[in-house]
Amino acid sequence: MATPNTPLWEVFIRSRNGLAHKHVGSLHASDTTMALQAARDLYTRRGEGLSIWVVPSSAITASDPSEKGMMFEPAESKIYRHPTFYEVPDEVGHM
Amino acid sequence: MYTQALNTSDADDRPVEDATRAAAFQARIDAEERIEPNDWMPAAYRKTLTRQISQHAHSEIVGMLPEGNWITRAPSLRRKAALLAKVQDECGHGLYLYAAAETLGASREELVDLMLAGKAKYSSIFNYPTLTWADIGTIGWLVDGAAIMNQIPLCRCSYGPYARAMIRVCKEESFHQRQGFEIMVTLARGSEEQKAMAQDALNRWWWPVLMMFGPPDQASQHGDTSTRWKIKRFSNDELRQKFVDATVPQAQYLGLTIPDPGMKQNEAGNWEYSAIDWDEFKQVLAGNGPCNRDRLAARRKAHDEGAWVREAAEAYAEKRRHRQTAQAAE
Amino acid sequence: MAIASITVSETPLVLYTLRRADDALILGHRLSEWCGHAPMLEEDMALANMGLDLLGQARELYSYAARVEGKGNDEDKFAYLRDVRQYRNLLLLEQPNGDFARTMVRQFFYSAFADLYWRAMMKSADATLAAIAAKSEKESAYHLRHSSEWIVRLGDGTEQSHARAQTAIDHLWAFTGEMFEVDASERALIDAGVAVAPASLRPQWLKTVAGVVGEATLALPKSDWMQQGGREGRHSEHLGHLLSELQSMPRTFPGAVW
Repeated sequence: MATPNTPLWEVFIRSRNGLAHKHVGSLHASDTTMALQAARDLYTRRGEGLSIWVVPSSAITASDPSEKGMMFEPAESKIYRHPTFYEVPDEVGHM
Repeated sequence: MYTQALNTSDADDRPVEDATRAAAFQARIDAEERIEPNDWMPAAYRKTLTRQISQHAHSEIVGMLPEGNWITRAPSLRRKAALLAKVQDECGHGLYLYAAAETLGASREELVDLMLAGKAKYSSIFNYPTLTWADIGTIGWLVDGAAIMNQIPLCRCSYGPYARAMIRVCKEESFHQRQGFEIMVTLARGSEEQKAMAQDALNRWWWPVLMMFGPPDQASQHGDTSTRWKIKRFSNDELRQKFVDATVPQAQYLGLTIPDPGMKQNEAGNWEYSAIDWDEFKQVLAGNGPCNRDRLAARRKAHDEGAWVREAAEAYAEKRRHRQTAQAAE
Repeated sequence: MAIASITVSETPLVLYTLRRADDALILGHRLSEWCGHAPMLEEDMALANMGLDLLGQARELYSYAARVEGKGNDEDKFAYLRDVRQYRNLLLLEQPNGDFARTMVRQFFYSAFADLYWRAMMKSADATLAAIAAKSEKESAYHLRHSSEWIVRLGDGTEQSHARAQTAIDHLWAFTGEMFEVDASERALIDAGVAVAPASLRPQWLKTVAGVVGEATLALPKSDWMQQGGREGRHSEHLGHLLSELQSMPRTFPGAVW
């Protein structure tokens, strides 16, 4: 008989104060409490973290890579959203 | 720790799924782009990677056993803590790798079941026994040394999750080889008995370690596809030579003799080693190494005896979900 | 055995420190026996982490005992060159791992105590013990958290896990009394503010233990008969086997450095 699947969780860790949580990997656990403890035991053995989030992998909705063009390319042409688009005379100094 | 080049690829022999997509995929690879889990990929690429990453993961987990054999007998508390931490790291590396394999669509449970059923391979090096404490030093020095040679190029592998797992593994493994070499240095500076112990361990491990890099290039059938897909960036023989060249001076430093009387340095500075006994390699891979049966039996025992624990955790989670639903309904 | 055991000048403070060091080493050793064999890989990580915490505590305590004793002993001599009769750990901690329920109940009973104990010891008049306590308290608090979660899951999991957890509790209960015992040498240290009176920790320990055991739908035994002897070196038969494995290298190769 095949082994039944234990739910998969995605782990996010904030490594230092002031930084955002960053995805570090995944693990298996039966429930939220055990997922959090497993994340601590697996992903912070070398003092990598100050805060952990665990999220059921099934709760993540991802964009479809085949729609990359529609999703992301339209933003690329909006160069006027970037400060370097605008000219400020040198004598004005830093702005 | 790693694994010989478990790099047989599946030839892309299915009816061409979508020639345009396949071409676009190869163009991305050629441009050194990383492939991510939801991206389109040829079925053979997925299958090859699932197999390679899961076998790499199995190797980490089975690899806990030979060194684990000495945790309870480590000769000092400092060594004991370092060894326990190291073997635990191997477990962590197995977990990172299973997670990477799962992004390709297989579940860890399926992959583990294949290994327990004897249908998936793991690195043959772990089918050799650890007889003395010097074996622990030698494994760290040589087996981890060979692993690092293999794993560093994998940090640039085309598949994003595998490459990221390898970066983490390499970062953590930097202490493993040093830990092993320190044990060897201590033995080399010790009594005659300790020196003999170190030499004996080197004698037993040297050839199996060279086999870790996989069959010689001319015998490896599918290297091409893996290379084209940038899963593999160096050939087995290239990595093996690099390893030998790095190791010989270390053995000299330790005052140990590499058990290859025919070995000599060529004009280019490379150390030429004698012929490797590939029959032994094939036998071990086929299940006839000194410890194959023990290793699988130990993993099966842990799996079977742990079943009731995993079931309890699932049953509790299920009850908790019911209670929460009932509460919410009130 | 090729090499003789050391002798230890067991002044009250040396003895007191060695007892706690032995607790940590023996339990840490037991946990390290699981490495590579746990019910799931995530739990392999957890057991090794707890084992490493305990090994770390043992090393600091042995080193301190060696400094206090001042007879040239060190952490490894204490660990590797004392015989079973010289070991001072609690009987509870040398009990074999058994199944996962047995291991977790042992951990839970001890961690529920150690958490309170180390927190109280942070106020020790002995600055070194207070510093070790500050580190150990955080570790023990996590061990308690982790083992408690397992007790609840095993107790309130399946019929089988419930039965195994209850058997483990029934089996190990008689070893819990020893945690709260003191002898004359310890009483003097308690009076001096160096040690804490463990009996004062028992009501809170019982409350924690009974709370988790209740949540787990398990029951504590009615019996109040308690085994003793570990603190004086009267051990179960299990410790000798553990030590013969633990000490095999230094005993086989006298004086060698590894």
